[in-house]
Amino acid sequence: MSIEFLVASAIAVLTAAGIYLALRGRTFPVVLGLAMLSYAINLFLFAIGRLTVNRPPLYEKGVTDYADPLPQALVLTAIVISFAMTALAVVLSLRSFLETGTDQVDGIVEADPPQPDREAAP
Amino acid sequence: MGVDPEKNLFLVLLCLLPFVGTLLLSIMGRAGRNAQAAIAVIPAIAGLALLGWFAPLVLSGGVVQWHMAWVPTLGLELSLRLDALGLLFAGLILGIGLLIILYARFYLSAKDAMGRFLAMLLLFQGAMLGIALSGNILLLLIFWELTSLSSFLLIGFRSDTAEGRQGARMALAVTGGGGLALIGGLVLLGTIAGSFELADILASGDLIRSSTLYPVALILILLGCFTKSAQFPFHFWLPHAMAAPTPVSAYLHSATMVKAGVFLLARFWPVLSGTDLWFYLVTTTGLVTMILGAAVALFRHDLKAILAYSTISHLGLLTMLFGFGTPVAAMVGVFHLLNHAVFKAALFMNAGIVDHETGTRDIRLLGGLATLMPITATLGIVASASMAGLPPLAGFLSKEMMLEEAGHTLWAGQSWIVPLGAVIGATLSVAYSLRYIVHLYFGPRPASYPAQPHDPPFGLWAPSALLVVLTILVGLFPQTLTVGLVTPAAAIVTGGTAPPFKPALWHGVTPALVMSIVAVAVGALMLWLHAPLLRTWDALRLPDAKRMFDRALEWLVDRASDMTRAIHNGSLQRQLSLLFLVAILVGALGVWTGGYSPGTRPTIPAHPVAILAWGLLVAAVIAVVKAQRQRYLTLVYISVVGLVVSLAFVYLSAPDLALTQISVEVVTILLLLLALNLMPKQPVRLSSNSLRLRDGLIGLTGGTVAGLAAWAVMTREPNDPISAYHWANSYSGGGGTNVVNVTLVDFRAFDTFGEITVLGIAALTIFALLQPVARGPSGQRLREWVADLPRSPERHPMMFAVAARLLLPLATMIGLFIFLRGHNLPGGGFIAGLVVSIAMLMQYMASGFEWADQRRRIDEHMLIGLGVTIAALTGLGSLFFGAPLFTSAFGYVTLPLVGTFELATAMLFDVGVAMTVIGAVMLALAELSHIAQRAEKALVEDDGPMDIDPAKLRGRRA
Repeated sequence: MSIEFLVASAIAVLTAAGIYLALRGRTFPVVLGLAMLSYAINLFLFAIGRLTVNRPPLYEKGVTDYADPLPQALVLTAIVISFAMTALAVVLSLRSFLETGTDQVDGIVEADPPQPDREAAP
Repeated sequence: MGVDPEKNLFLVLLCLLPFVGTLLLSIMGRAGRNAQAAIAVIPAIAGLALLGWFAPLVLSGGVVQWHMAWVPTLGLELSLRLDALGLLFAGLILGIGLLIILYARFYLSAKDAMGRFLAMLLLFQGAMLGIALSGNILLLLIFWELTSLSSFLLIGFRSDTAEGRQGARMALAVTGGGGLALIGGLVLLGTIAGSFELADILASGDLIRSSTLYPVALILILLGCFTKSAQFPFHFWLPHAMAAPTPVSAYLHSATMVKAGVFLLARFWPVLSGTDLWFYLVTTTGLVTMILGAAVALFRHDLKAILAYSTISHLGLLTMLFGFGTPVAAMVGVFHLLNHAVFKAALFMNAGIVDHETGTRDIRLLGGLATLMPITATLGIVASASMAGLPPLAGFLSKEMMLEEAGHTLWAGQSWIVPLGAVIGATLSVAYSLRYIVHLYFGPRPASYPAQPHDPPFGLWAPSALLVVLTILVGLFPQTLTVGLVTPAAAIVTGGTAPPFKPALWHGVTPALVMSIVAVAVGALMLWLHAPLLRTWDALRLPDAKRMFDRALEWLVDRASDMTRAIHNGSLQRQLSLLFLVAILVGALGVWTGGYSPGTRPTIPAHPVAILAWGLLVAAVIAVVKAQRQRYLTLVYISVVGLVVSLAFVYLSAPDLALTQISVEVVTILLLLLALNLMPKQPVRLSSNSLRLRDGLIGLTGGTVAGLAAWAVMTREPNDPISAYHWANSYSGGGGTNVVNVTLVDFRAFDTFGEITVLGIAALTIFALLQPVARGPSGQRLREWVADLPRSPERHPMMFAVAARLLLPLATMIGLFIFLRGHNLPGGGFIAGLVVSIAMLMQYMASGFEWADQRRRIDEHMLIGLGVTIAALTGLGSLFFGAPLFTSAFGYVTLPLVGTFELATAMLFDVGVAMTVIGAVMLALAELSHIAQRAEKALVEDDGPMDIDPAKLRGRRA
């Protein structure tokens, strides 16, 4: 088993779970799905620079074998941006929940919406 | 062709003056009406003076040019060019514009927003001047679109009326649509000629006409011209544009804008005309439009509608003349363009006066006005006679020449079609012109008028009087007044020397004179028979263009909404599943066409620990999916995923990424925890089993595709990446050995700058989303919110508070350390910002929102703003040293005791990054904890964290 295989299959698993969760009918799993997809995409972008062990891109004269720094720089900003996106999605879903009283995003407006647990209180 | 470089900059001034006027008028909305009008006439007066100064050079065949590169790679240049044709058209725009502004000053009532009106009028004037002066056809397109837009604004000036809005929309749809076609046409034209400069295009006529793309380019360009100049079947927008105030109708929809299409025909005449396609398309369209417009004009009752259809008819006449393709006809076209603008602008002003003073524009309600308003009547009668083509007026001269040219034009080998059509058009033209005179100013007076008619004040009739005098003078002294202007313009149109131009009232008994006499006689007869003719016309039931247009529009809108509803029915699931399916399909298509094979690059054998971590990740992912409705549990699982990913980055030589990932992980989980506090924790299941199966299949397919793609990439050798450049120049050029950090703050600093801006915007959006949460239904829910989880008996556990406070200086120190070493070792602004934010967030968690917020010294908004500004200024700073944007400088400084260390401007940039990150993270999370705190406030009496009053805390316990 190679590291490449592990990374590729991890990307596959994360993507699959991300898509599945993003297709749920409530906001919270959708947010989780987006977070999963972010992991997968960041890993993929990182993998574009190929995998290297023990060769961080810290410059030394004469060294020719090093990890590709460019994808790393791109992924670094991508991680921060994914955080911003997740945060925005979470807040958006919170606001829409507070505004409408439901966290459903499946477009179905039920006449008598199922009471989420917090409605147990008056 | 002479070029005088000294006059060039004045050409720019000429082009810019109206826009400056627009800006001035827009900012001085409170000035008096006279002051506004005075400012509005300056561009026209100054422009006319400049034109007068250019005239001797330009009319003797010279060209004034000015040129500046704009987007050279696209062929788009700021290139201005004044030749005789441009001079004539620019003179028309400025001259009539000047009169219209004066007229508008007296025409608009006190309650109309004069400043806004004049500002838009000047915007239009500038756009038109731009068309006349453009030396680059892409630049011309920009001005062309600007005329459509400003015309839209002006037609809709009375936006409180339905006619105004609908008329404006229709004009924009038709002329804007034509503008799209024109873009295509001109781009093709430029592509064929190999340049977008007008001079180059005008010089490559043969190349263009012999190109296989010529028919397409021609048809597209003609679509643009015909829609703008209201040629059949695109004529219908013009009458509806009459909803505009009359000065606009006079200026845009008779004298200038609608002539832009004809102007373009003249402009490209040397390269486009002369083919059969040109002849049949342009001549036929013009002829049909001329007859149709004149016929409709005869049976309209609204004065402005009569004039609008008459304008359509005359535009048809002009189009036909340019369609003939002979130099003489083109010259007559230039001459009539001038004549028509003069008498038609005068007539529109005249109709406006009648409307203004009698309160109606319906010709059936009017009559016998000659004695009531003698000045208006005289002006209207003379201008209308010129429109009818009666001697000794200017209209007569050009109509005579038109008939002469039509007389020897063959259409499909037939010599009678065009002359007959021209005579019919002329006859109808005589009939409606005479009707304007007879039914309006003579004949019986109605019992009463809506208002008591009287002559208007001087300011209202003087502008049209000037034009009427001009049309008489041109009729009487055509040689002296027009030859000097028309001949050089015609020479430009024909791209060579103009044929001899001999306008005269008397050429002897020519076929044209006979045709003219027939036209006048039959026209008079038609007016005499107007009542029975009108009954016949009304019985015809002609199709209503507006209704057809509305129905077509409605159909389009319906289809568009159907489409939207199909994709976007309120279900996020449907949208996302479509998105994922399309993405998967595209991937599948790629594999289908390109085949799939893994590469042969040697792989790295996996260490057992790596396999173990991998297993942990897969297990955590499965656990998240399984425990989906146990929401707190999913947070624990998903943090395991984040942890393994961070470890992977450590192992795979990406220490910066690992540091970033782990700190982002902490912040994300905190955020999710805070949000989940207020959201349902264990919701009921929504999806049916089949739905879950379907989504599972989509997910598996998508995952497989992504995994296979990653595998294929990683097993191939990289294809000479540009990273080598970054590696080689990191130390020598950027002054740092951590190539990732140097890339972020130096090589790709502009990217990073954009990214921190996005981060700041996201944080501000979160703030905007959460700030108003206390109001409305969400406020209601928050107040009713009841904590649904078991709480710790202590709101501010002492252990936690003490630990957090001890950690704050330590963590800040670590943040600083990470920041400072970032340029050379793993670290940098992003990570430092995240570490410091976490340290501060801990205080919010341990001691509560209020306690922490009171001790906050700097506003998060300010932090974000300052961060982005510092980063931007650092980037801009390099411009002062003549270096490109975001160039960094660095040097080494030696201080006693401290030793030698490096200072780089990139560090300043990194400060901006760190500040933005701290501001954004704090703003998002603090705001979230704020609303959570608001929700709990009502329920629990807060005894405050320990250091407010430790004694109180003890007292409670006891």
